[in-house]
Amino acid sequence: MSAGAPGAADEPGGGACISDAESPPSPRAPHEVLVAFNALALKGFGGVLPVAQHELVDKRRWLTHEQFLETLSVGQVLPGPNIVNMALMIGDRFFGWRGAMAALAGLLLAPLAIVLALAMLYARFGTEPVAAGAIRGMGAVAAGLIFAMGVKLAPTLRKNPLPIALCAGAALATWGIVGFLRVPMAWAVLGLGGAMVAIGWLRLGRAP
Amino acid sequence: MSSADWWALFAHFLAMSMLAVGGAVAVAPEIHRYVVEQRGWIDDTQFSAAIALAQASPGPNLLFVPVVGHAIAGLPGALVALAGILIPSTTLALTASRWGQKRRETRGVRAFVAGMAPVTIGLLLSAGTVLTAPLARQPVALLLVGVTVLLSAKTRIGPVWLIAAGAAVGAAGWV
Repeated sequence: MSAGAPGAADEPGGGACISDAESPPSPRAPHEVLVAFNALALKGFGGVLPVAQHELVDKRRWLTHEQFLETLSVGQVLPGPNIVNMALMIGDRFFGWRGAMAALAGLLLAPLAIVLALAMLYARFGTEPVAAGAIRGMGAVAAGLIFAMGVKLAPTLRKNPLPIALCAGAALATWGIVGFLRVPMAWAVLGLGGAMVAIGWLRLGRAP
Repeated sequence: MSSADWWALFAHFLAMSMLAVGGAVAVAPEIHRYVVEQRGWIDDTQFSAAIALAQASPGPNLLFVPVVGHAIAGLPGALVALAGILIPSTTLALTASRWGQKRRETRGVRAFVAGMAPVTIGLLLSAGTVLTAPLARQPVALLLVGVTVLLSAKTRIGPVWLIAAGAAVGAAGWV
């Protein structure tokens, strides 16, 4: 079921004490949404989702765990980064498109300023040996972190309704085609992804 | 950059937005193929630096996209790339979320999630491969990649510490 939710699975159920009967507090104005998303974006190093769950569900209690999971599972199905889709949907839930834009701005503006400032420093000093070395080291770690994302998600394929061998085959085929043969990704996504979705459709129709 | 180049840049990120089903990092191999291999706008080093800077900063990983745009064409490039990757998916998320919310247990949506999950994993491994390929002749860098995979997959150590360690190892001149 979970296509890209490493954070959701291993997050402890910290909000279990909150009763469902209690109506959760809501933000009073769009700027509160902006402030909340800004705060969680700035705390999210290497992934905002676990922080978002903590801030929105456990701390501010704007959403229940069930609502958070619901939003996440829809955000995954849609194209675009999960957290951006979630921010839009959560903002939209409270204040329509104004809330959605407030959430998006809160999520992106401050981190964008920070990362662009770093990019400008890199453009200016990136050729200095120490800076260039540091960036090379960080680049190697970044590559490792991305590999690890894939590795950590692999066990979720066991819960996939499709046979594990087929899933593993599709993952490895995608890796070979896109990672090594460098075939344009649209072919892999539309071809392999399309075939897998079709197989999924047929199998889900047979098994209840 | 000619105006045709600007349109090509914008159009590329518009398309990437719709393909980014597994998050922005999943389309990193395709962005690399286009801006580094096909267009030659930036090189491997700049591309890896963009990913590294985004991972080292707070906020969503998708922010590597404006950094790539910045390396290609400065601040306007950053804004064009970010607008491109956001507009299609944002529009779709706002219009389709209520539709999807009601149908998430239906056969079509479940088939989509089940079928795309392995492809997403393949794309993440591809992104790692594309970033590692330029390091093929640098044993220390390859070791750093391998150690990061192990630590990140087997421990709960935060990515920011690993990035900091990588920066230290690199600044010391070992990579």
